[in-house]
Amino acid sequence: MTVQKSVSQTMMALNGDEAVAWAVKQSNVDVVAAYPITPQTIIVERISEFVHNGEVDMEFIKVESEHSALSASWGAALAGARAFTATAANGLALMWEILYITASTRTPVVMAVVNRALSAPINIHNDHSDTMGARDSGWIQIYSEDAQEAYDNTIMAFRIAEEAMLPVMITLDGFTISHTLQNVSVLPDEIVSDFVGVRKIPRIKLPHIYGEKEVPLMLNPKYPISFGPLDLFDYYFEHKVQQNEAMKASVPIIEKVHREFAEISGRSYEPVHMIPYRTEDADVVLLGLSSTMSVVRKVVDDLRSEGKKVGAVRLRVFRPFPADMIRKELSGVSTVGILDRSLSFGAEGGPVFMEVRSALYSSSSKPTVYNYIYGLGGRELPPKLIKKAFNELLEAKEEPEKPVIKYLGVRE
Amino acid sequence: MVAKAVWRPDIKELARIEGQKRPVESGHRLCAGCGAGIIIRQIALAARKPLVWINATGCVEVATTIFPYTSWNVPWAHNAFENAAAVGSGVEAARKKLTRVNRFAGDPDVELDYDVIVLGGDGGTYDIGLQSISGAFERKHKIMYVLYDNEAYMNTGIQRSGGTPFGARTTTTPVGKVIKGKPLFKKPIMDIMVAHGIPYAATVSPAYWNDALVKFRKGFETEGPVFIHAFSTCPLGWGSAPEDTVKIMKLAVETCVFPLYEVVDGEYKLTGPSVSIAKNPDRKKPVEEYLKLQGRFRHMFKPENKWMIEKFQEWVDKQWEVLLKRAGY
Repeated sequence: MTVQKSVSQTMMALNGDEAVAWAVKQSNVDVVAAYPITPQTIIVERISEFVHNGEVDMEFIKVESEHSALSASWGAALAGARAFTATAANGLALMWEILYITASTRTPVVMAVVNRALSAPINIHNDHSDTMGARDSGWIQIYSEDAQEAYDNTIMAFRIAEEAMLPVMITLDGFTISHTLQNVSVLPDEIVSDFVGVRKIPRIKLPHIYGEKEVPLMLNPKYPISFGPLDLFDYYFEHKVQQNEAMKASVPIIEKVHREFAEISGRSYEPVHMIPYRTEDADVVLLGLSSTMSVVRKVVDDLRSEGKKVGAVRLRVFRPFPADMIRKELSGVSTVGILDRSLSFGAEGGPVFMEVRSALYSSSSKPTVYNYIYGLGGRELPPKLIKKAFNELLEAKEEPEKPVIKYLGVRE
Repeated sequence: MVAKAVWRPDIKELARIEGQKRPVESGHRLCAGCGAGIIIRQIALAARKPLVWINATGCVEVATTIFPYTSWNVPWAHNAFENAAAVGSGVEAARKKLTRVNRFAGDPDVELDYDVIVLGGDGGTYDIGLQSISGAFERKHKIMYVLYDNEAYMNTGIQRSGGTPFGARTTTTPVGKVIKGKPLFKKPIMDIMVAHGIPYAATVSPAYWNDALVKFRKGFETEGPVFIHAFSTCPLGWGSAPEDTVKIMKLAVETCVFPLYEVVDGEYKLTGPSVSIAKNPDRKKPVEEYLKLQGRFRHMFKPENKWMIEKFQEWVDKQWEVLLKRAGY
């Protein structure tokens, strides 16, 4: 993150959940529908306080489940509102059915997911099994490294969702980020309000019903539209392909919104989809997501001071997956380690590993790729283990016959 | 709060506007004799404002919206099976907020002054959707939830639901050598909904159109959640003749299998023919008259299964007695 310039911002001591709640408060959100789950609870508590103190004009539907949270958000968005929800782990799993429906009806709901391990056994701490499980649901996924980024990503998510007509999931690591106080630069209300505006309803042509008239794409008695029809083998396939195209078309929108946000905030996340660190001449690179990467960068600095050519890449946007960018960044690197904070049971490696390795397959100078699965259920990843992984990668000489998949920090 | 002034439908006026207010155009794929189609039209005829219509997954959804076609003339949305009431909550909350801030002031293309109607079948109401309805009612959203009760999962091929009556044959309660039809009774869905303390709940048999329209209109005029339990004959699932649909809807009321009543702020009041049956118990017909028109109960008429009809009658009598007491008879 580079600071380009600074508008007058307030430095507040906020944890990640509070940072998200502040962003929601400032983003002209009309309807929030959410259900409490650890470690997301502070988000709904703070928003409740804002509403109950009259500090913000929104309808907060305190639903009876996460399934209803997303269903109500969907209904609100279809009725013309800007809608937000937040959840974690099992809550996200309960929403699974509606995740797909929200994305497939191109409904721009924004959701904060506070990453937490999935049951069983029940565990409230951080890993990425929840959002990785939702990676194919059609939502844009942006992973935040710290509370500041959770705040920034939440604000940007509304713009991205509404312009791309796709739902956006922003994530923050449970407890590590959600419950840890950090200095967060909070933008003035009016700056955020201007940046996100109020929800604008897209207009579409439905020539067979309304001729040349461009009608608002919402539940509206003036121009009735049917949402969510039965769609069989004669059209479903095309609709799915179009949905995938929409995901691809969101790439420039995501970049544009980040650029514009950098202008108002001074905070740039270039090059947006992933952020390389000291990779220019690196022989070995560790790639991963979220808060872990701040520790990885510290280890990179330590090893660099020992003369070792190591670097790091933090993946921010996991969906749409920046395959081209990854190929460009990692081609020529001799060995890459992929950090996965979730398991894909029975698969050859974790989800991030599978995607990155697949992207690199068509690269002319393929690096050797190792997979490190770490941190499940909130298990710590201390710098010495990261160092161990780097050293192992530095020693790796030849392409192994089959992928190397290892656990970091598990008792043998 | 339930509206005090009662709207009275005028048959001539209804005949005049029926064509204009039809929410579902002809050409839909509902079966001949389906009760749901009649219910939809009655809801629309009773509307006081434009409608936004939320539909649970089920026969109505499937039969009215096969892409690229839609039969709907009103804004309509279907999300999933168990969450129609939650979707309705979201729509209502959005409408409230957008109206409060006058979001579309000056935009002649958007109308926010509408009523939210949520339609679900018995599967979507008694079973998989119960939680989301309970949540929406507890939160006091101004939505009217209409249950079209055809007493089984008809859309998936006639499987039993919590709304399937005792003895009925479905594909998951077949008439077997040991177990004959459904061994359990219907879930008391009205009691469950009334227990939420909602201001207005009512039962509706579309055969009594006047009674039905008045209740739907009251529902629209009520501030707060409304539950309407509408009885919906299903010729395909019940093994009845399409032309008997209305007759069966009448007999259900006349036998007290499906009494007509409303619950206004917790107070029970019988309506339509159920009033005269309460006053003249001789008018209450035996359940056989209702059962015999439907193939799903045919096995109950075999001599060795006569006990099933008796058991059915006992249950109906008991339910009716409880209702009479509640209604002050």
